[in-house]
Amino acid sequence: MEAVLDNWQIVRDAFVVTVALVVISGIGALVWGTILAAFRVSPVQALRVFGTGYVSLARNTPLLMFFLFFQLGAGKLWDVLGFTWVSVHIGSYDFTSFFAGAVAALTLYTSSFVCEGLRSGVNAVDLGQVEAARAIGLPFSGVLRRVVLPQAFRTSVPPVVSALIAMVKNSSLAGIFGVLELANRMKGLTNNHADQRTEIFLVFALLYIVIVAAFSIGAATLERRWKVAR
Amino acid sequence: MSAGVLFDEPGPRTRARHLVYNVVAVLAVLAVLGFVVYRLNETGQLEYAKWEPFVTPDIVRAIGEGLLTTLKMAAVAIVAAVVLGMALGIGKLSEHRWLRWPCWLFVEFFRAVPLVLLIIFVFFGVLGSVEDFNSKAFWAVVIALTLYNGSVLAEVFRAGIQAVPRGQGEAAYAVGMRKHQVMRQVLLPQGVKLMIPSIISQCVVALKDTSLSYVVAGVGLTRVGKSIYTEFANHVPTLIVISVIYICVNLLLTALATWVQRRFVGEKKILAVGAVAGFDVTPGTAAPLTPGR
Repeated sequence: MEAVLDNWQIVRDAFVVTVALVVISGIGALVWGTILAAFRVSPVQALRVFGTGYVSLARNTPLLMFFLFFQLGAGKLWDVLGFTWVSVHIGSYDFTSFFAGAVAALTLYTSSFVCEGLRSGVNAVDLGQVEAARAIGLPFSGVLRRVVLPQAFRTSVPPVVSALIAMVKNSSLAGIFGVLELANRMKGLTNNHADQRTEIFLVFALLYIVIVAAFSIGAATLERRWKVAR
Repeated sequence: MSAGVLFDEPGPRTRARHLVYNVVAVLAVLAVLGFVVYRLNETGQLEYAKWEPFVTPDIVRAIGEGLLTTLKMAAVAIVAAVVLGMALGIGKLSEHRWLRWPCWLFVEFFRAVPLVLLIIFVFFGVLGSVEDFNSKAFWAVVIALTLYNGSVLAEVFRAGIQAVPRGQGEAAYAVGMRKHQVMRQVLLPQGVKLMIPSIISQCVVALKDTSLSYVVAGVGLTRVGKSIYTEFANHVPTLIVISVIYICVNLLLTALATWVQRRFVGEKKILAVGAVAGFDVTPGTAAPLTPGR
Protein backbone atom coordinates (compact mmCIF):
# COMPACT_ATOMS: atom_id res chain seq x y z
CA MET A 1 0.00 0.00 0.00
CA GLU A 2 2.90 2.38 0.73
CA ALA A 3 3.82 2.25 -2.94
CA VAL A 4 0.53 3.91 -3.84
CA LEU A 5 0.42 6.29 -0.88
CA ASP A 6 3.99 7.49 -1.40
CA ASN A 7 3.24 8.14 -5.06
CA TRP A 8 -0.27 9.47 -4.66
CA GLN A 9 0.45 12.53 -6.79
CA ILE A 10 1.47 10.33 -9.70
CA VAL A 11 -1.66 8.24 -9.25
CA ARG A 12 -3.83 11.36 -9.07
CA ASP A 13 -2.30 12.80 -12.24
CA ALA A 14 -2.77 9.47 -14.00
CA PHE A 15 -6.42 9.43 -12.95
CA VAL A 16 -6.93 12.93 -14.38
CA VAL A 17 -5.29 11.93 -17.66
CA THR A 18 -7.50 8.84 -17.93
CA VAL A 19 -10.61 10.93 -17.27
CA ALA A 20 -9.54 13.50 -19.88
CA LEU A 21 -8.85 10.74 -22.39
CA VAL A 22 -12.23 9.14 -21.74
CA VAL A 23 -14.20 12.39 -21.90
CA ILE A 24 -12.61 13.65 -25.13
CA SER A 25 -12.79 10.29 -26.92
CA GLY A 26 -16.32 9.76 -25.59
CA ILE A 27 -17.55 13.03 -27.10
CA GLY A 28 -15.79 12.19 -30.36
CA ALA A 29 -17.30 8.71 -30.45
CA LEU A 30 -20.80 10.05 -29.76
CA VAL A 31 -20.57 12.62 -32.56
CA TRP A 32 -19.03 10.31 -35.18
CA GLY A 33 -21.25 7.41 -34.07
CA THR A 34 -24.38 9.54 -34.53
CA ILE A 35 -23.26 10.60 -38.00
CA LEU A 36 -22.60 6.96 -38.90
CA ALA A 37 -26.02 5.93 -37.60
CA ALA A 38 -27.64 8.65 -39.72
CA PHE A 39 -25.70 7.37 -42.73
CA ARG A 40 -26.90 3.85 -42.10
CA VAL A 41 -30.60 4.77 -42.16
CA SER A 42 -30.42 7.43 -44.87
CA PRO A 43 -32.13 7.14 -48.26
CA VAL A 44 -28.80 7.60 -50.04
CA GLN A 45 -27.52 4.14 -50.83
CA ALA A 46 -23.85 5.11 -51.07
CA LEU A 47 -23.93 6.48 -47.52
CA ARG A 48 -25.67 3.33 -46.25
CA VAL A 49 -23.02 1.13 -47.83
CA PHE A 50 -20.25 3.30 -46.42
CA GLY A 51 -21.77 3.21 -42.91
CA THR A 52 -22.28 -0.54 -42.97
CA GLY A 53 -18.79 -1.15 -44.32
CA TYR A 54 -17.13 1.13 -41.78
CA VAL A 55 -18.96 -0.41 -38.84
CA SER A 56 -18.30 -4.01 -39.80
CA LEU A 57 -14.62 -3.32 -40.42
CA ALA A 58 -14.07 -1.27 -37.26
CA ARG A 59 -15.97 -3.69 -35.03
CA ASN A 60 -13.95 -6.68 -36.17
CA THR A 61 -10.51 -5.10 -35.94
CA PRO A 62 -8.75 -5.34 -32.58
CA LEU A 63 -8.41 -1.94 -30.93
CA LEU A 64 -4.68 -2.60 -30.70
CA MET A 65 -4.46 -2.27 -34.49
CA PHE A 66 -5.97 1.22 -34.30
CA PHE A 67 -3.44 2.19 -31.65
CA LEU A 68 -0.53 0.69 -33.59
CA PHE A 69 -1.69 2.48 -36.72
CA PHE A 70 -1.84 5.89 -35.08
CA GLN A 71 1.41 5.46 -33.16
CA LEU A 72 3.51 3.79 -35.87
CA GLY A 73 1.89 4.05 -39.28
CA ALA A 74 -0.21 7.16 -39.67
CA GLY A 75 2.62 9.65 -39.22
CA LYS A 76 4.58 7.93 -41.96
CA LEU A 77 1.69 8.25 -44.41
CA TRP A 78 0.82 11.84 -43.73
CA ASP A 79 2.59 13.91 -41.12
CA VAL A 80 -0.67 15.57 -40.05
CA LEU A 81 -1.82 12.17 -38.72
CA GLY A 82 1.35 11.89 -36.66
CA PHE A 83 -0.28 14.51 -34.43
CA THR A 84 3.09 16.13 -33.85
CA TRP A 85 1.26 19.45 -34.03
CA VAL A 86 -0.63 18.60 -30.85
CA SER A 87 1.15 20.06 -27.86
CA VAL A 88 -1.15 21.39 -25.17
CA HIS A 89 0.13 21.97 -21.66
CA ILE A 90 -2.34 22.64 -18.90
CA GLY A 91 -0.66 22.99 -15.53
CA SER A 92 1.49 19.91 -15.08
CA TYR A 93 -0.44 17.92 -17.67
CA ASP A 94 0.97 17.48 -21.16
CA PHE A 95 -1.30 16.47 -23.98
CA THR A 96 0.95 15.51 -26.85
CA SER A 97 0.92 13.38 -29.97
CA PHE A 98 0.61 10.19 -27.89
CA PHE A 99 -2.55 11.50 -26.29
CA ALA A 100 -4.01 12.68 -29.61
CA GLY A 101 -3.25 9.33 -31.24
CA ALA A 102 -4.99 7.52 -28.40
CA VAL A 103 -8.02 9.80 -28.75
CA ALA A 104 -8.17 9.12 -32.49
CA ALA A 105 -7.89 5.35 -32.03
CA LEU A 106 -10.50 5.20 -29.26
CA THR A 107 -12.90 7.49 -31.14
CA LEU A 108 -12.77 5.62 -34.44
CA TYR A 109 -13.14 2.22 -32.72
CA THR A 110 -15.85 3.11 -30.19
CA SER A 111 -17.98 5.06 -32.67
CA SER A 112 -18.85 1.83 -34.50
CA PHE A 113 -20.36 0.42 -31.30
CA VAL A 114 -22.13 3.71 -30.55
CA CYS A 115 -23.56 3.61 -34.08
CA GLU A 116 -24.90 0.09 -33.54
CA GLY A 117 -26.45 1.13 -30.23
CA LEU A 118 -28.14 4.13 -31.79
CA ARG A 119 -29.36 2.10 -34.73
CA SER A 120 -31.03 -0.38 -32.40
CA GLY A 121 -32.62 2.66 -30.75
CA VAL A 122 -33.87 3.88 -34.13
CA ASN A 123 -35.34 0.44 -34.76
CA ALA A 124 -37.21 0.65 -31.46
CA VAL A 125 -38.97 3.93 -32.33
CA ASP A 126 -42.68 3.35 -32.82
CA LEU A 127 -43.71 3.03 -36.44
CA GLY A 128 -46.66 5.41 -35.96
CA GLN A 129 -44.30 8.19 -34.90
CA VAL A 130 -42.43 8.01 -38.19
CA GLU A 131 -45.59 7.70 -40.24
CA ALA A 132 -47.08 10.71 -38.47
CA ALA A 133 -43.92 12.71 -39.11
CA ARG A 134 -44.02 11.80 -42.78
CA ALA A 135 -47.75 12.52 -42.96
CA ILE A 136 -47.25 16.13 -41.89
CA GLY A 137 -44.76 16.46 -44.71
CA LEU A 138 -41.41 16.44 -42.91
CA PRO A 139 -38.51 15.58 -45.19
CA PHE A 140 -36.06 12.82 -44.22
CA SER A 141 -33.77 15.21 -42.35
CA GLY A 142 -36.74 16.55 -40.38
CA VAL A 143 -38.06 13.06 -39.59
CA LEU A 144 -34.64 12.07 -38.34
CA ARG A 145 -33.73 15.25 -36.47
CA ARG A 146 -37.06 16.17 -34.93
CA VAL A 147 -38.82 12.84 -34.41
CA VAL A 148 -36.67 9.75 -34.65
CA LEU A 149 -33.27 10.65 -33.18
CA PRO A 150 -34.58 12.37 -30.03
CA GLN A 151 -36.52 9.20 -29.21
CA ALA A 152 -33.73 6.90 -30.38
CA PHE A 153 -31.27 8.65 -28.06
CA ARG A 154 -33.58 7.89 -25.16
CA THR A 155 -34.06 4.20 -25.87
CA SER A 156 -30.44 3.66 -26.74
CA VAL A 157 -28.98 4.96 -23.49
CA PRO A 158 -28.12 1.45 -22.20
CA PRO A 159 -26.31 0.15 -25.30
CA VAL A 160 -24.52 3.44 -25.93
CA VAL A 161 -23.40 3.73 -22.32
CA SER A 162 -22.27 0.11 -22.52
CA ALA A 163 -20.08 1.06 -25.46
CA LEU A 164 -18.71 4.04 -23.54
CA ILE A 165 -17.98 1.90 -20.48
CA ALA A 166 -16.11 -0.54 -22.69
CA MET A 167 -14.20 2.48 -23.96
CA VAL A 168 -13.24 3.48 -20.40
CA LYS A 169 -11.68 0.06 -19.99
CA ASN A 170 -10.13 0.13 -23.45
CA SER A 171 -8.50 3.49 -22.68
CA SER A 172 -6.00 1.51 -20.59
CA LEU A 173 -4.37 0.48 -23.85
CA ALA A 174 -3.15 4.06 -24.23
CA GLY A 175 -0.79 3.43 -21.33
CA ILE A 176 1.20 1.04 -23.48
CA PHE A 177 1.61 3.77 -26.09
CA GLY A 178 3.21 6.50 -24.04
CA VAL A 179 0.21 8.18 -22.41
CA LEU A 180 0.91 8.55 -18.69
CA GLU A 181 -2.46 7.30 -17.53
CA LEU A 182 -3.58 4.73 -14.97
CA ALA A 183 -2.51 1.51 -16.70
CA ASN A 184 0.89 3.01 -17.51
CA ARG A 185 1.48 4.06 -13.91
CA MET A 186 0.25 0.73 -12.62
CA LYS A 187 2.76 -1.12 -14.77
CA GLY A 188 5.52 1.16 -13.46
CA LEU A 189 4.57 0.70 -9.82
CA THR A 190 4.12 -3.05 -10.31
CA ASN A 191 7.65 -3.31 -11.66
CA ASN A 192 9.16 -1.22 -8.88
CA HIS A 193 7.30 -2.69 -5.91
CA ALA A 194 7.26 -6.44 -6.38
CA ASP A 195 6.03 -7.09 -2.85
CA GLN A 196 2.87 -4.98 -3.17
CA ARG A 197 1.53 -6.08 -6.54
CA THR A 198 -1.86 -7.21 -5.31
CA GLU A 199 -2.57 -3.96 -3.46
CA ILE A 200 -1.43 -1.89 -6.43
CA PHE A 201 -3.67 -3.87 -8.77
CA LEU A 202 -6.67 -3.49 -6.45
CA VAL A 203 -6.18 0.28 -6.05
CA PHE A 204 -5.95 0.86 -9.80
CA ALA A 205 -8.85 -1.48 -10.48
CA LEU A 206 -10.88 0.50 -7.98
CA LEU A 207 -10.03 3.78 -9.72
CA TYR A 208 -11.34 2.38 -13.00
CA ILE A 209 -14.43 1.09 -11.22
CA VAL A 210 -15.02 4.64 -9.93
CA ILE A 211 -15.07 5.99 -13.51
CA VAL A 212 -17.25 3.12 -14.71
CA ALA A 213 -19.64 3.66 -11.79
CA ALA A 214 -19.88 7.36 -12.64
CA PHE A 215 -20.93 6.42 -16.17
CA SER A 216 -23.54 3.91 -15.04
CA ILE A 217 -25.00 6.26 -12.43
CA GLY A 218 -25.19 9.00 -15.06
CA ALA A 219 -26.90 6.62 -17.45
CA ALA A 220 -29.39 5.47 -14.81
CA THR A 221 -30.25 9.11 -14.07
CA LEU A 222 -30.72 9.90 -17.76
CA GLU A 223 -32.88 6.83 -18.21
CA ARG A 224 -35.08 7.74 -15.26
CA ARG A 225 -35.44 11.34 -16.38
CA TRP A 226 -36.25 10.44 -19.98
CA LYS A 227 -38.62 7.63 -19.24
CA VAL A 228 -41.52 10.05 -18.75
CA ALA A 229 -41.08 11.59 -22.15
CA ARG A 230 -41.11 8.27 -23.91
CA MET B 1 -38.98 -0.81 -37.93
CA SER B 2 -36.73 -0.99 -40.94
CA ALA B 3 -34.83 1.90 -42.44
CA GLY B 4 -37.24 1.96 -45.37
CA VAL B 5 -40.10 3.54 -43.47
CA LEU B 6 -38.06 6.56 -42.44
CA PHE B 7 -38.73 8.22 -45.76
CA ASP B 8 -41.48 8.19 -48.38
CA GLU B 9 -41.24 6.39 -51.66
CA PRO B 10 -39.24 8.98 -53.64
CA GLY B 11 -40.84 10.72 -56.57
CA PRO B 12 -39.00 11.56 -59.81
CA ARG B 13 -37.49 14.80 -58.48
CA THR B 14 -36.37 13.24 -55.22
CA ARG B 15 -34.92 10.31 -57.11
CA ALA B 16 -32.90 12.71 -59.21
CA ARG B 17 -31.75 14.50 -56.03
CA HIS B 18 -30.79 11.19 -54.40
CA LEU B 19 -28.86 10.28 -57.51
CA VAL B 20 -26.87 13.50 -57.12
CA TYR B 21 -26.28 12.73 -53.40
CA ASN B 22 -25.23 9.21 -54.30
CA VAL B 23 -22.75 10.45 -56.88
CA VAL B 24 -21.38 13.06 -54.45
CA ALA B 25 -21.07 10.47 -51.66
CA VAL B 26 -19.37 7.95 -53.92
CA LEU B 27 -17.00 10.64 -55.17
CA ALA B 28 -16.23 11.72 -51.60
CA VAL B 29 -15.45 8.15 -50.49
CA LEU B 30 -13.40 7.55 -53.63
CA ALA B 31 -11.55 10.82 -53.04
CA VAL B 32 -10.62 9.75 -49.51
CA LEU B 33 -9.59 6.28 -50.67
CA GLY B 34 -7.71 7.80 -53.57
CA PHE B 35 -5.91 10.14 -51.21
CA VAL B 36 -4.95 7.18 -48.99
CA VAL B 37 -3.62 5.25 -51.98
CA TYR B 38 -1.82 8.38 -53.21
CA ARG B 39 -0.14 8.86 -49.84
CA LEU B 40 0.68 5.14 -49.62
CA ASN B 41 2.31 5.37 -53.03
CA GLU B 42 3.98 8.71 -52.33
CA THR B 43 5.57 7.44 -49.12
CA GLY B 44 6.72 4.24 -50.76
CA GLN B 45 4.40 1.94 -48.82
CA LEU B 46 3.28 0.19 -51.98
CA GLU B 47 6.80 -0.81 -53.01
CA TYR B 48 7.25 -4.50 -53.60
CA ALA B 49 9.98 -4.74 -50.95
CA LYS B 50 7.53 -3.74 -48.23
CA TRP B 51 5.05 -6.42 -49.24
CA GLU B 52 7.52 -9.11 -50.15
CA PRO B 53 7.53 -10.66 -46.64
CA PHE B 54 3.88 -11.61 -47.09
CA VAL B 55 4.67 -13.82 -50.07
CA THR B 56 7.81 -15.30 -48.53
CA PRO B 57 6.99 -18.92 -47.58
CA ASP B 58 8.81 -18.87 -44.23
CA ILE B 59 7.07 -15.71 -43.10
CA VAL B 60 3.69 -16.88 -44.34
CA ARG B 61 4.25 -20.02 -42.29
CA ALA B 62 5.19 -17.91 -39.25
CA ILE B 63 2.00 -15.88 -39.68
CA GLY B 64 0.02 -19.11 -39.91
CA GLU B 65 1.60 -20.39 -36.71
CA GLY B 66 0.94 -17.05 -35.02
CA LEU B 67 -2.70 -17.20 -36.08
CA LEU B 68 -2.89 -20.74 -34.72
CA THR B 69 -1.49 -19.65 -31.35
CA THR B 70 -3.95 -16.76 -31.27
CA LEU B 71 -6.85 -19.09 -32.05
CA LYS B 72 -5.60 -21.52 -29.41
CA MET B 73 -5.48 -18.75 -26.81
CA ALA B 74 -8.99 -17.64 -27.66
CA ALA B 75 -10.31 -21.21 -27.70
CA VAL B 76 -8.77 -22.21 -24.36
CA ALA B 77 -9.97 -18.97 -22.78
CA ILE B 78 -13.51 -19.36 -24.12
CA VAL B 79 -13.85 -23.00 -23.06
CA ALA B 80 -12.59 -22.15 -19.58
CA ALA B 81 -14.81 -19.05 -19.53
CA VAL B 82 -17.89 -21.09 -20.43
CA VAL B 83 -17.22 -23.41 -17.47
CA LEU B 84 -16.51 -20.50 -15.13
CA GLY B 85 -19.48 -18.55 -16.47
CA MET B 86 -21.85 -21.47 -15.96
CA ALA B 87 -20.70 -21.91 -12.37
CA LEU B 88 -20.96 -18.19 -11.63
CA GLY B 89 -24.26 -17.78 -13.46
CA ILE B 90 -25.89 -20.62 -11.58
CA GLY B 91 -24.28 -19.34 -8.38
CA LYS B 92 -25.85 -15.94 -8.95
CA LEU B 93 -29.28 -17.58 -9.26
CA SER B 94 -28.79 -19.58 -6.05
CA GLU B 95 -31.22 -19.25 -3.17
CA HIS B 96 -28.33 -19.18 -0.71
CA ARG B 97 -27.03 -15.75 0.10
CA TRP B 98 -23.55 -17.02 0.98
CA LEU B 99 -23.23 -18.33 -2.58
CA ARG B 100 -25.05 -15.56 -4.42
CA TRP B 101 -23.10 -12.63 -3.00
CA PRO B 102 -19.55 -13.81 -3.68
CA CYS B 103 -20.58 -14.73 -7.21
CA TRP B 104 -22.13 -11.30 -7.70
CA LEU B 105 -19.02 -9.55 -6.39
CA PHE B 106 -16.72 -11.67 -8.56
CA VAL B 107 -18.74 -11.01 -11.71
CA GLU B 108 -19.10 -7.27 -11.12
CA PHE B 109 -15.42 -6.85 -10.27
CA PHE B 110 -14.00 -8.67 -13.26
CA ARG B 111 -16.48 -7.11 -15.68
CA ALA B 112 -15.42 -3.62 -14.64
CA VAL B 113 -11.63 -4.05 -14.57
CA PRO B 114 -9.73 -3.32 -17.79
CA LEU B 115 -8.15 -6.39 -19.36
CA VAL B 116 -4.83 -4.60 -19.69
CA LEU B 117 -4.63 -4.24 -15.90
CA LEU B 118 -5.60 -7.88 -15.42
CA ILE B 119 -2.99 -9.09 -17.88
CA ILE B 120 -0.26 -7.00 -16.26
CA PHE B 121 -1.26 -8.22 -12.81
CA VAL B 122 -1.42 -11.89 -13.77
CA PHE B 123 1.83 -11.68 -15.75
CA PHE B 124 3.94 -10.00 -13.07
CA GLY B 125 2.01 -10.83 -9.92
CA VAL B 126 0.55 -14.30 -10.26
CA LEU B 127 2.85 -15.95 -12.80
CA GLY B 128 5.92 -13.98 -11.77
CA SER B 129 7.94 -17.08 -10.94
CA VAL B 130 7.28 -18.93 -14.21
CA GLU B 131 10.57 -19.23 -16.11
CA ASP B 132 9.49 -19.69 -19.71
CA PHE B 133 8.65 -16.24 -21.03
CA ASN B 134 6.43 -17.43 -23.88
CA SER B 135 4.20 -19.68 -21.84
CA LYS B 136 4.07 -17.02 -19.13
CA ALA B 137 2.68 -14.48 -21.61
CA PHE B 138 0.36 -17.10 -23.12
CA TRP B 139 -1.15 -18.08 -19.78
CA ALA B 140 -1.32 -14.53 -18.46
CA VAL B 141 -3.54 -13.62 -21.41
CA VAL B 142 -5.57 -16.83 -21.18
CA ILE B 143 -6.19 -16.43 -17.44
CA ALA B 144 -7.12 -12.76 -17.77
CA LEU B 145 -9.44 -13.52 -20.71
CA THR B 146 -11.03 -16.39 -18.78
CA LEU B 147 -11.76 -14.22 -15.75
CA TYR B 148 -13.20 -11.41 -17.86
CA ASN B 149 -15.19 -13.50 -20.35
CA GLY B 150 -16.30 -15.88 -17.61
CA SER B 151 -17.85 -12.95 -15.79
CA VAL B 152 -19.57 -11.71 -18.93
CA LEU B 153 -20.81 -15.22 -19.76
CA ALA B 154 -22.10 -15.61 -16.19
CA GLU B 155 -24.54 -12.83 -17.02
CA VAL B 156 -25.37 -14.47 -20.35
CA PHE B 157 -26.09 -17.75 -18.55
CA ARG B 158 -28.24 -16.04 -15.96
CA ALA B 159 -30.14 -14.15 -18.65
CA GLY B 160 -30.52 -17.34 -20.73
CA ILE B 161 -31.90 -19.36 -17.82
CA GLN B 162 -34.25 -16.55 -16.88
CA ALA B 163 -35.42 -16.31 -20.49
CA VAL B 164 -36.82 -19.86 -20.28
CA PRO B 165 -40.58 -19.44 -19.71
CA ARG B 166 -41.37 -19.66 -16.00
CA GLY B 167 -43.99 -22.32 -16.53
CA GLN B 168 -41.25 -24.76 -17.49
CA GLY B 169 -39.56 -24.58 -14.10
CA GLU B 170 -42.86 -24.56 -12.26
CA ALA B 171 -44.08 -27.61 -14.18
CA ALA B 172 -40.84 -29.43 -13.37
CA TYR B 173 -41.24 -28.67 -9.68
CA ALA B 174 -44.88 -29.75 -9.90
CA VAL B 175 -43.96 -33.21 -11.17
CA GLY B 176 -41.71 -33.53 -8.15
CA MET B 177 -38.25 -32.82 -9.55
CA ARG B 178 -35.54 -31.63 -7.22
CA LYS B 179 -33.77 -28.31 -7.57
CA HIS B 180 -30.71 -29.66 -9.37
CA GLN B 181 -32.90 -31.81 -11.62
CA VAL B 182 -34.95 -28.78 -12.64
CA MET B 183 -31.77 -26.89 -13.45
CA ARG B 184 -30.00 -29.75 -15.22
CA GLN B 185 -32.84 -31.39 -17.09
CA VAL B 186 -35.25 -28.55 -17.78
CA LEU B 187 -33.79 -25.06 -17.52
CA LEU B 188 -30.20 -25.49 -18.74
CA PRO B 189 -30.97 -27.44 -21.95
CA GLN B 190 -33.46 -24.80 -23.01
CA GLY B 191 -31.39 -21.89 -21.80
CA VAL B 192 -28.19 -23.06 -23.48
CA LYS B 193 -29.90 -22.99 -26.84
CA LEU B 194 -30.56 -19.29 -26.36
CA MET B 195 -26.99 -18.69 -25.19
CA ILE B 196 -24.99 -20.32 -27.97
CA PRO B 197 -25.08 -17.32 -30.34
CA SER B 198 -23.97 -14.98 -27.55
CA ILE B 199 -21.19 -17.37 -26.65
CA ILE B 200 -19.99 -17.33 -30.26
CA SER B 201 -20.18 -13.52 -30.30
CA GLN B 202 -18.11 -13.57 -27.14
CA CYS B 203 -15.53 -15.61 -29.08
CA VAL B 204 -15.14 -12.60 -31.38
CA VAL B 205 -14.51 -10.38 -28.36
CA ALA B 206 -12.02 -12.88 -26.93
CA LEU B 207 -10.24 -13.24 -30.25
CA LYS B 208 -9.84 -9.49 -30.59
CA ASP B 209 -8.70 -9.23 -26.99
CA THR B 210 -5.93 -11.80 -27.46
CA SER B 211 -4.13 -8.99 -29.28
CA LEU B 212 -3.76 -7.32 -25.87
CA SER B 213 -0.92 -9.78 -25.27
CA TYR B 214 1.07 -6.91 -26.79
CA VAL B 215 1.09 -5.47 -23.27
CA VAL B 216 3.39 -8.26 -22.11
CA ALA B 217 5.55 -8.46 -25.24
CA GLY B 218 3.03 -10.40 -27.26
CA VAL B 219 2.04 -13.91 -28.22
CA GLY B 220 0.68 -15.25 -31.48
CA LEU B 221 -0.35 -13.02 -34.35
CA THR B 222 0.56 -9.81 -32.52
CA ARG B 223 4.09 -11.05 -31.84
CA VAL B 224 4.55 -12.17 -35.46
CA GLY B 225 3.33 -8.81 -36.73
CA LYS B 226 5.67 -7.00 -34.38
CA SER B 227 8.69 -9.04 -35.50
CA ILE B 228 7.83 -8.46 -39.15
CA TYR B 229 7.55 -4.69 -38.95
CA THR B 230 10.59 -4.44 -36.70
CA GLU B 231 12.68 -6.36 -39.19
CA PHE B 232 11.40 -4.97 -42.49
CA ALA B 233 10.29 -1.51 -41.30
CA ASN B 234 7.02 -2.01 -43.17
CA HIS B 235 4.62 -0.91 -40.43
CA VAL B 236 1.67 0.06 -42.61
CA PRO B 237 1.60 -3.07 -44.81
CA THR B 238 2.01 -5.33 -41.77
CA LEU B 239 -0.80 -3.63 -39.89
CA ILE B 240 -3.04 -3.93 -42.94
CA VAL B 241 -2.30 -7.65 -43.40
CA ILE B 242 -2.71 -8.52 -39.69
CA SER B 243 -5.93 -6.51 -39.43
CA VAL B 244 -7.35 -8.21 -42.51
CA ILE B 245 -6.63 -11.63 -40.96
CA TYR B 246 -8.39 -10.65 -37.75
CA ILE B 247 -11.35 -9.20 -39.67
CA CYS B 248 -11.76 -12.34 -41.81
CA VAL B 249 -11.71 -14.70 -38.82
CA ASN B 250 -14.12 -12.47 -36.89
CA LEU B 251 -16.52 -12.13 -39.82
CA LEU B 252 -16.55 -15.93 -40.13
CA LEU B 253 -17.36 -16.24 -36.43
CA THR B 254 -20.10 -13.61 -36.69
CA ALA B 255 -21.62 -15.40 -39.67
CA LEU B 256 -21.54 -18.63 -37.64
CA ALA B 257 -23.30 -16.91 -34.73
CA THR B 258 -26.00 -15.56 -37.03
CA TRP B 259 -26.48 -18.96 -38.66
CA VAL B 260 -26.74 -20.75 -35.29
CA GLN B 261 -29.18 -18.08 -34.10
CA ARG B 262 -31.42 -18.60 -37.14
CA ARG B 263 -31.14 -22.36 -37.03
CA PHE B 264 -31.70 -22.95 -33.32
CA VAL B 265 -33.30 -19.88 -31.77
CA GLY B 266 -35.42 -18.28 -34.46
CA GLU B 267 -36.49 -14.67 -34.65
CA LYS B 268 -35.59 -13.63 -31.11
CA LYS B 269 -32.72 -11.21 -30.75
CA ILE B 270 -29.32 -12.40 -29.60
CA LEU B 271 -28.99 -12.25 -25.83
CA ALA B 272 -26.65 -9.45 -24.96
CA VAL B 273 -25.39 -8.17 -21.67
CA GLY B 274 -23.56 -4.97 -20.95
CA ALA B 275 -20.38 -4.35 -19.08
CA VAL B 276 -22.09 -3.32 -15.87
CA ALA B 277 -25.09 -4.47 -13.90
CA GLY B 278 -28.41 -3.19 -15.14
CA PHE B 279 -27.47 -2.76 -18.78
CA ASP B 280 -28.81 -4.94 -21.50
CA VAL B 281 -27.36 -4.12 -24.83
CA THR B 282 -30.45 -4.76 -26.91
CA PRO B 283 -33.22 -2.35 -26.00
CA GLY B 284 -36.72 -3.69 -26.34
CA THR B 285 -35.72 -7.19 -25.32
CA ALA B 286 -34.31 -6.00 -22.03
CA ALA B 287 -37.46 -6.17 -19.95
CA PRO B 288 -38.00 -9.95 -19.60
CA LEU B 289 -34.33 -10.59 -18.86
CA THR B 290 -33.84 -8.28 -15.92
CA PRO B 291 -36.58 -8.67 -13.35
CA GLY B 292 -35.15 -5.74 -11.36
CA ARG B 293 -36.23 -3.16 -13.90
